[in-house]
Amino acid sequence: MITNKISVMIGGEAGAGITRSGFLFAKACLRGGLHVFGTNDYQSLIRGGHNFYIARADAEEIYSQVDTIDLLLALNKETILFHKDEFVPGGGIVYDGEEIALSDEELGRDDLKLYPVPLRKIVKELKGELIMRNTVALGAAVGLLEYDLEILNGVIRDAFKPEAAELNVKAAKMGHNYARGHYEGDFEYRLEKTSSAGKRKIFLTGNEAVGLGAIRASCKFYAAYPMTPATPLLHFMAPLDREYSTIVIQAESEIAAINMVAGASFAGVRAMTATSGGGFCLMSEGLGMTGMTETSAVIMVAQRPGPSTGLPTYSGQGDLRFAIHASQGEFPRVVIAPGDVEECFYKTMEAFNLAEKFQIPAILMTDKYLAESYGSAEFFDQNRIGIDRGLLLTEDEYVGEEEYRRHKFAKDGVSPRVMPGMRGAIVRTNADEHNESGYTTDDPDLTTKMADKRFKKLDALVKDLENYETTKFYGSEEADVTILGWGSTKGPIREAMKLLNKEGVKVNYLQIVYLNPFPVANVKKILKSAKKTIVVESNKTSQLSSLIREHLLVTVDHKILKYNGRPFNPGKLSQRIKEVL
Amino acid sequence: MVTLEDLKTPKKNTWCPGCGNFGILMGFKRALVQLGFERDQVVLVSGIGCHGKMVNYVNVNGFHGIHGRVLPLATGIKLANPNLTVVGFAGDADCYDEGWGHFSHAIRRNIDITLIVHDNMVLGLTTGQTTATSQKGFKTKSTPFGSIPPALNPMAHALVSNGTFVARGFAGDMRHLTGLIVEAIKHKGFSFIDVFQPCVTFNYLNTYDWFRQRIYKLEEEGHDYTEKQKALEKSFEWGDRIPIGIFYKEERSTYRDGLPHVKGMPLTKLPTENADITPILESMM
Repeated sequence: MITNKISVMIGGEAGAGITRSGFLFAKACLRGGLHVFGTNDYQSLIRGGHNFYIARADAEEIYSQVDTIDLLLALNKETILFHKDEFVPGGGIVYDGEEIALSDEELGRDDLKLYPVPLRKIVKELKGELIMRNTVALGAAVGLLEYDLEILNGVIRDAFKPEAAELNVKAAKMGHNYARGHYEGDFEYRLEKTSSAGKRKIFLTGNEAVGLGAIRASCKFYAAYPMTPATPLLHFMAPLDREYSTIVIQAESEIAAINMVAGASFAGVRAMTATSGGGFCLMSEGLGMTGMTETSAVIMVAQRPGPSTGLPTYSGQGDLRFAIHASQGEFPRVVIAPGDVEECFYKTMEAFNLAEKFQIPAILMTDKYLAESYGSAEFFDQNRIGIDRGLLLTEDEYVGEEEYRRHKFAKDGVSPRVMPGMRGAIVRTNADEHNESGYTTDDPDLTTKMADKRFKKLDALVKDLENYETTKFYGSEEADVTILGWGSTKGPIREAMKLLNKEGVKVNYLQIVYLNPFPVANVKKILKSAKKTIVVESNKTSQLSSLIREHLLVTVDHKILKYNGRPFNPGKLSQRIKEVL
Repeated sequence: MVTLEDLKTPKKNTWCPGCGNFGILMGFKRALVQLGFERDQVVLVSGIGCHGKMVNYVNVNGFHGIHGRVLPLATGIKLANPNLTVVGFAGDADCYDEGWGHFSHAIRRNIDITLIVHDNMVLGLTTGQTTATSQKGFKTKSTPFGSIPPALNPMAHALVSNGTFVARGFAGDMRHLTGLIVEAIKHKGFSFIDVFQPCVTFNYLNTYDWFRQRIYKLEEEGHDYTEKQKALEKSFEWGDRIPIGIFYKEERSTYRDGLPHVKGMPLTKLPTENADITPILESMM
């Protein structure tokens, strides 16, 4: 018997409510005190095709999905045949036996447990919509796992409107009773409430965590054009505008979005936009304008595989170099890559502070895998990171000063800011090279001085970042191999470390959170003591390796790269690590 | 209250002698004086081109942005702080070529800003190429055999995009233009003025004389600017007679009126410390 350690997949056609059902199952596990991770895989279409959601639950802390399926809730036959080789021996399949005929020949294996449940018939009996098959299947899963149906009912009641909720609760109960009646005790896996049940834990996506960070950081203006996988952030922000007195506007393009953000930021509010690689291409010129005009802006780039449209609904890390270098000319910027939902929250708050303190653009790098996967986390600490708006003068502080100069030279390059509209101050900025007052110039000395001024801010930023956790180190100092990575690979890497440690392979891992400015000292220190180094990245050319080479003149020993749009799975990753040892 | 003297800047003007931009510059300054603004209440946003230098020549708040993006930039400023009077300046290439995608959207949103387009029907600062409003057959360095397509019609476009203040002025008639700018700034909602602005260096066709021979004032011929159909008819009038003045004007709620929770409230005045996210976190349990 295996208790509180399970990987459940829900699969079917697009439009069948796959993601929602997976989410409900995961949340039911969360409320039982388990650690949960949920990730979805869908195609760029609205109906048909093949979608699936993996919900993993465990009594121990977990960081990603695993390579295998313990239980599949299949809403069509394709799902079963597509994933038949991913099951563990003894894995179970819940499916509608009256709709789908299954044979061992088709499955190519005879070690699976088949649990036909008349999903459609039950829905019909309840006079419900066909989409409710999901809920019947969820109920059946709870029955097979001998889990607490009341917890699932609670989740359903929170997710649906009252009338629909009660119908779904009935559907779940019938699925549950059917499974208990026909298959009691047959399935080897169990779920049960742990002592942590009832603790204040949250379950959310990277996008939602970024949105929470933005709201907590008092982002008052959010402009964006829809682009997968950043669109859910727009969906998250939009309905919260009333409650948090924000303006959320769907711009006509990403070009408009970044320029609106620059305008709002110039006016004096914290402003943000989010997009994916293609949209970020369109924002590049505006990004440079924020650099030149020293206008703070926060931009989330949720990556997907490119080039061009690439795989619109899948994940990748091919835009790191692009984010670091985007737009013509040279100007300081900060590029931050959170690796899990907690970091999505706290790093977003840091991004707003740094953007304002140094009057620069701050880019948050996520990807589809991080932005759309769900993770469980402790209740976020709203006060861990305060709000620092930098040198923003109030009316009282400004009074008595000489004529205001927006780009006044300063020791650290940071000129005091005032909001336009402040009595007596004229705030002028300019995408052309300009003098301290913001008037256009092409004077060679002034040009040099202004570039130097902007880059003094980089020096100040680098110094300030000494107070930040720009890298994170996992594992013991002594190890056979050191893994380096950034962003969403964190989860699978930490899971792979668990597997390798069990096998006696000593691994440690340096997560590089701040990619620009590059945390040279931290990385140097780790590389110095590393016996062997491996960079793990979701791109073709290993852009992190090239950054390490650029900043440290060190070539990493091995690169483990994956660029098929799918996240690393920990089992496969640990094997690849062993292969290069 | 601001005076013409207050609006002067130390920057030396680099427009060609006789450039139509001078008329727009003076018309704008006079409008600000007439309206009795303080300098710090006004934000001037400009794009790239000869017109873009407006930021250097008027001593009010200013953001000289990038080519074609005056409208989203001005939109961001106005949405964040509705207490500011935001006036965007763009060239015909800036607004009708590079920035065309923003034009209809800013108009239909009815953002409470003013857009003044310096329409000289040629690219000046890049030394003479065709633009969206160049006449068919217009010969430039990039169209040595004449511009092939017909010109865009910004007036008609503004009208069909549900513009609430659509007007055209002439840089050679500063008094008239000043009046239009005053009315445009006073208008609650998006106000648009296309200004015929002769380029004395690169536009050999659409000269001061060319315009003077053709233009007439709508208000002198009894045009009723509350009638959209009439305004549309007028917007298609081109050739021997070309109308200037207010084509159309209506009161319609602005974009910010659609945001009752922040109506009239500058986002900049909101405190930045009190956003309690506990209720959202609790919904995620």
